[in-house]
Amino acid sequence: MAQPVIAVRDLTKVYHLGEVDVHALRGVSLDIHPGEFVALTGASGSGKSTFMHLLGCLDKPTSGDYHLKGRDVSKLSSRTLAEVRNREIGFVFQGFNLLSRTTALENVEVPLLYARVRARERHARAREALDAIGLGERLDHHPNQLSGGQQQRVAIARALVNRPSLLLADEPTGNLDSRTSIEVMGIFQQLNAERGITIVLVTHEHDIAEYATRIVSFRDGRVRSDRPVPVRREASAELVTLVEQMAREELSA
Amino acid sequence: MSLGMTLLVALRALRRNAMRTVLTALGMIIGVSAVIVMVAIGNGARSSIEANIRAVGSNVVNVNAGSFGMGPVRMGAGNTTSLTPEDAAAIREEVPGIRYLSPGVNLRTQIVSEATNWGTQVQGAGPDLAQIRSWSTEFGSFFGEQETRTAAKVAVLGAVVRDELFGPGADPTGAMIRIRNQPFRVIGVLTRKGQAAMGPDQDDTVVIPYTTAQRKLLGITHIQSIMLSAEDGVPLDRVSTSITNLLRIRHNIIGDQDDFMVRTQDEMTSLFTSTTDTMTWLLAGIAAVSLVVGGIGIMNIMLVSVTERTREIGLRLSLGARDVDVLLQFLVEAVVLSLVGGTIGLALGFGASYGVGRVVGWPTLVSSDAILLAFGFSAAIGVFFGFYPARKAARLDPIEALRYE
Repeated sequence: MAQPVIAVRDLTKVYHLGEVDVHALRGVSLDIHPGEFVALTGASGSGKSTFMHLLGCLDKPTSGDYHLKGRDVSKLSSRTLAEVRNREIGFVFQGFNLLSRTTALENVEVPLLYARVRARERHARAREALDAIGLGERLDHHPNQLSGGQQQRVAIARALVNRPSLLLADEPTGNLDSRTSIEVMGIFQQLNAERGITIVLVTHEHDIAEYATRIVSFRDGRVRSDRPVPVRREASAELVTLVEQMAREELSA
Repeated sequence: MSLGMTLLVALRALRRNAMRTVLTALGMIIGVSAVIVMVAIGNGARSSIEANIRAVGSNVVNVNAGSFGMGPVRMGAGNTTSLTPEDAAAIREEVPGIRYLSPGVNLRTQIVSEATNWGTQVQGAGPDLAQIRSWSTEFGSFFGEQETRTAAKVAVLGAVVRDELFGPGADPTGAMIRIRNQPFRVIGVLTRKGQAAMGPDQDDTVVIPYTTAQRKLLGITHIQSIMLSAEDGVPLDRVSTSITNLLRIRHNIIGDQDDFMVRTQDEMTSLFTSTTDTMTWLLAGIAAVSLVVGGIGIMNIMLVSVTERTREIGLRLSLGARDVDVLLQFLVEAVVLSLVGGTIGLALGFGASYGVGRVVGWPTLVSSDAILLAFGFSAAIGVFFGFYPARKAARLDPIEALRYE
């Protein structure tokens, strides 16, 4: 088998909150291979968010090893971690986190700015990323001129523009209605299937987790279960059914 | 991120809060323009004083009769009788590099014409005085060696004295005036020089031969002062040292109890300008306080801005911004803010300096120093007061910043 994108061994994280030590992670070991679509689930406080922050190089583990594409990133300086975040990881957040009063194109360009990509190439790559996500027509729109689903697509384009090894999505459907949620999950499935992008999705909703190929569930800072999804949901198929159903409802009304 | 993009991002952030930006910059605008105006007034005063002193004549050295002591009592300047026309002649003979020399005997008295009278300064001088002070005559001419040797009762009038005695613009050459009841023939009128910013009116004067002043008016044999000008390129300090040494020998002075004072033009200039310089720095210092207040305003608004944009900072960090990128972004924003204020303040200061010059009539001069100072100061204030908020932004924890509501 190919080298894993993520290889985690005995990862622990302890937060010191005043006098109390909070053990958010108590020894997690996990491999994620290229092209996998993994959902991290668990109740709040289970450690899944902490684990995602560590995967995203936003934080450093208290102990344990984390190899990203074979490189040990658990002991890097915060400045080097910023570069790792920029080149290797694409983030998609629950709240979209787009810069307001900034066009879709410029939002997508932000990671390229920090990668010091020249203006011409920056524009071209940002445009390409938006085209791929079906927003080629709305390059000049500001976030407040876009729907929630469109905003999340811009965020996905931004996450992918630097061609990262890993796409990290933190509750990406949390702010979306069920139909838009299916659309967004459809995009993830498409990116995963067609471009082989490795995706790690954090969600507390089980039905959303079932769009992935593998579910890792957390409890009390440990991995409770790690299993493949037996019956995977197909967003594109569901969307067709949903549209037909809505059309029928409209007819009968 | 490149500096150009950082600048662009900063400009955008500032434009987004236009009103706030303007109000914050106002502190810098007021501060910088105040500094510019104050320095302009100070420089104007300085340059007009310098111009006045220069108008006295270039390369000028003054020798004044000094104080003399009688036991513990020391009399004031000009009270000695030890400075004589022979000293003047000796200086001319023995000190190298002297071009023109004029002994001086001054008095204040009443001048009487046929119609009226006028109290003024009567300067007894040698014929060289016209050259030393670059005086020209509007009518008639200055007196010469002949009149000086014979102590002729001839007078050259300043323009103001002519105006008062004979009416503005009149040509009184050949007319008679009385000085201390002695008849004097008017032989010339000096070209008007204008009111000086400091000191007496240069046109309110009457010049007569010093010999006439000594013998016919005062009955003395000594003189009060010697004014001389050096040849071009002759160092004045050497001339003044030679004169001092010569007079010490002639006056049998041992030690430093000189009964005369030798002053070069440079010394006179620095005497006056050091005062105005002090005033200038004092005024600029007071104005600089408002610059500091403006800087604190910038710091305040930058802190607010960092707090407001915590989520944005978290996002940028997660997208790969390094701490220096965030630091620079906010630092550049603060510097841009203060420089924009500085530039507007500069323009306003220019205008205000010009306005003060026109309306109040004070001489003002905006120097390139003041411009550099204002720019340097506002940039430095941007960096100084922008650094703390910028560092605060750069040190944010990406996770907490992303969660910030």
